Amino acid sequence: MSPDILSTPVVDTVKTPPDRAHSRARAARRRKIVVAVFRALLLVAVLGLWELLSRTKAIDPFNFSMPSKIWDQIYTWLTHGTALGSLGEQIWYTLYEALLGWVIGVAAGVVCGIALGRITFLADVLGPYIKVLNSIPRIVLAPIFVIWFGLGPASKVASAVVLVFFPVFFNAFQGAREVDRNLVANARILGASDRRVTLQVVIPSATSWIFTSLHVSFGFALIGAIVGEYIGATKGIGLLVAQSQGTFNAAGVYAAMVILAVVALVAEGLLTFAERRIFRWKPTGSDS
Amino acid sequence: MLWSAPHLPSRAMSPDTSPAIELRGASKTFRTPSGGLHTAVNGLDLTVGRGEFVAVVGPTGCGKSTTLTLVSGLEEPSEGEVLVAGEPVRGVGDKVGFVFQQDATFPWRTVLSNVMAGPRFRGVPKAEAKEKAREWLARVGLTAFEDRYPHQLSGGMRKRVALAATFVNDPEILLMDEPFSALDVQTRALMSDELLELWEGTRASVVFVTHDLEESIALADKVVVMTAGPATVKQVYDIDLPRPRKVESVRLESRFIEIYREIWESLGEEVRITRERGAAHVA
Repeated sequence: MSPDILSTPVVDTVKTPPDRAHSRARAARRRKIVVAVFRALLLVAVLGLWELLSRTKAIDPFNFSMPSKIWDQIYTWLTHGTALGSLGEQIWYTLYEALLGWVIGVAAGVVCGIALGRITFLADVLGPYIKVLNSIPRIVLAPIFVIWFGLGPASKVASAVVLVFFPVFFNAFQGAREVDRNLVANARILGASDRRVTLQVVIPSATSWIFTSLHVSFGFALIGAIVGEYIGATKGIGLLVAQSQGTFNAAGVYAAMVILAVVALVAEGLLTFAERRIFRWKPTGSDS
Repeated sequence: MLWSAPHLPSRAMSPDTSPAIELRGASKTFRTPSGGLHTAVNGLDLTVGRGEFVAVVGPTGCGKSTTLTLVSGLEEPSEGEVLVAGEPVRGVGDKVGFVFQQDATFPWRTVLSNVMAGPRFRGVPKAEAKEKAREWLARVGLTAFEDRYPHQLSGGMRKRVALAATFVNDPEILLMDEPFSALDVQTRALMSDELLELWEGTRASVVFVTHDLEESIALADKVVVMTAGPATVKQVYDIDLPRPRKVESVRLESRFIEIYREIWESLGEEVRITRERGAAHVA
């Protein structure tokens, strides 16, 4: 009998999972709901407080506006368009500049990073210059780009590129440097040429490094585009901010911010989705 | 030899009769990060005949692995000569297969794609590479896992993938650097048997580096005992156990135990020297 008794606790967890698994699943679901409710409550509380303080003039409604006015502003833009044309057009313009700048910046960053990571001579020669360039606060280049490239999208793309390039470059460089030496040795033994080692060993193993920088850098691309538009443009959300500011329309500034946040979140979601597809080979969970 | 060298290229020595691997007074010195020089291998002479299975045993860190990198062409000797099939080694050749101690499967490739890597790198058309890869996967019993990624496999299975990926290239020379040391004891015995089976099918010349004397006797035709680092050959023992062998049963034979005792006398001394050095280093 004793073995049976000994094994009871084990049998308990293994043989009667329906009950436990069920209750555990229910507890997990309940916890999720509680978290979601509290999240919503927090949002309502903050917005409500803002609205209340603003309406009771505890804070200056002219400077700080209030959520209801911001919503009205977004609604007006949606239905009647902005002073610059339809809202969709402004969003598209900014998104187009940011995306183009991002793609160019990422491509240049990855190519340069991998090249310098693989070719020590290049890295030794260019290393100090890259450090100097990186230490310049690159956002100040935006006005120069407006002078160079004019009010059109080109100047915004340029400022997005310089903001995106460096984080991507440094991550690609690091990724190329930290490739498992065993994998490289193995590829060479199996017959891979230097080019094949770069394309089929270094780049795949650097992708996780590169992807980390892609998340951050899309935010940078948006910043580059917006700041460029803010300084001088004919269209875009940044210009919307500048114009709202010019007409002392605080609600307009906030409304543009809300729209930007939504755009950034959607882009982030798409990137995460792409990452999941590309990194199917990675173990999920703690290792990833 | 001086008189014949200018007229006779080494190839004229009939490549068929020259040994598979020959190291003549090979030395390898590395520059350490602190700027000093570290001699890993010193004046090493070693000959491996065609189709011969040679195991190299020695204390940990004595320079056994360096010997393999010299033969593979991944590293050049600082002094001396390394010949493969009678020709001096220049860079990584296409005759050599190498099974590493650590996992060296490509984590972003599936099992099938990993095994296809070698032939593809060497310019074999895709369909043919796939066919060859499937054949070797079948031989190591991984046909059902060809679509998995390495992280989804056990350590033993990953080692099988590595073996298939190496054998698919038909290497004339097989270099193995403690390939099974990360596996548990049972899997290890199993893999050793599998290796012997695969090897008997190809008859490649093998250099198998290990610190496990039992493993080396069970597998090899010849056991080379290295000195404590820098590595030189201390003694070479012929293993006259009959083939085909089964690792688990051969180690119970009285002849095996006899050989073991004989070699251990020689190896044990080197291990002691290494350990004393380590102790002195710590103190």
